[in-house]
Amino acid sequence: MASKRFARVEARRCVACGCCVKVCPLSAVGVWRGVTARVDTDRCVGCGRCAKECPAGAIDLKDREGAA
Amino acid sequence: MNGRKHWYDYLWIVTPVYLGLGFFNILFAWLGMIFFCLPLLIAIFGGGKLYCNRYCDRGQFLSLLGGRLKLSRNRPTPRWMGTRAFRYGFLIFFFLMFFQMLWTTFLVGAGARSVGEFVKLFWTFRLPWHWAYHGTLLAPWVAQFAFGFYSIMLTSTLIGLIVMALFKPRSWCVFCPMGTMTQLICRLRAGRPPEEEGCSGGCAVCGGCGE
Repeated sequence: MASKRFARVEARRCVACGCCVKVCPLSAVGVWRGVTARVDTDRCVGCGRCAKECPAGAIDLKDREGAA
Repeated sequence: MNGRKHWYDYLWIVTPVYLGLGFFNILFAWLGMIFFCLPLLIAIFGGGKLYCNRYCDRGQFLSLLGGRLKLSRNRPTPRWMGTRAFRYGFLIFFFLMFFQMLWTTFLVGAGARSVGEFVKLFWTFRLPWHWAYHGTLLAPWVAQFAFGFYSIMLTSTLIGLIVMALFKPRSWCVFCPMGTMTQLICRLRAGRPPEEEGCSGGCAVCGGCGE
């Protein structure tokens, strides 16, 4: 069952430090070519750990389309 | 998140050891060139920000103090600190200070100045550090460079500790000059992501398209 929310990275703010990668319990986040973090939205359950950890405030949680 | 520890998870020890060694003999400051060159070399040769993500001793040290030891207030980093203007501005300022340090080293090398046996904190305050200089078999400029480089390392560590305490553990990473520089290199290397990597253009997810 898909979660109601997922993490979304605001690339302009991301500094690609990798803090989010370390805390993701499902390994749903990676750093794309050293440019920015990228979230595998299919894997992400929207727990928000990455958003809490991100020092740049570049991650927020978004509601999935169609989620109640 | 993987619970298994690797050797590189203990690199945080490098920060206190480095600063400690410089307290006893300033020539150890030269070791800091590793932290200066390695991230750039990794980024230039296609390793991305592996240094920041995995091997950065300072990042780990700040995480340890602010996270596990809870010395951070864990408040959001001010948004202006993450703006490109501030990040690149700080990078330029850092480089200007670095080149000023190189100029002083040159003057000592040319015999126009004697070695300044002090550490300059926040590019302003002279802190006596003469006990860490026992003379050198090498040229005096070697010691002058060590004093200058150690000043930069100590100042940036202190700034990191201040923002760690005030904001998030790794708030320093937001405007770290090495991080900004390596990300810039990675951006230039990455170019535009190909279609097969899932780029739909302007989605603001990866930033590879420059949107």
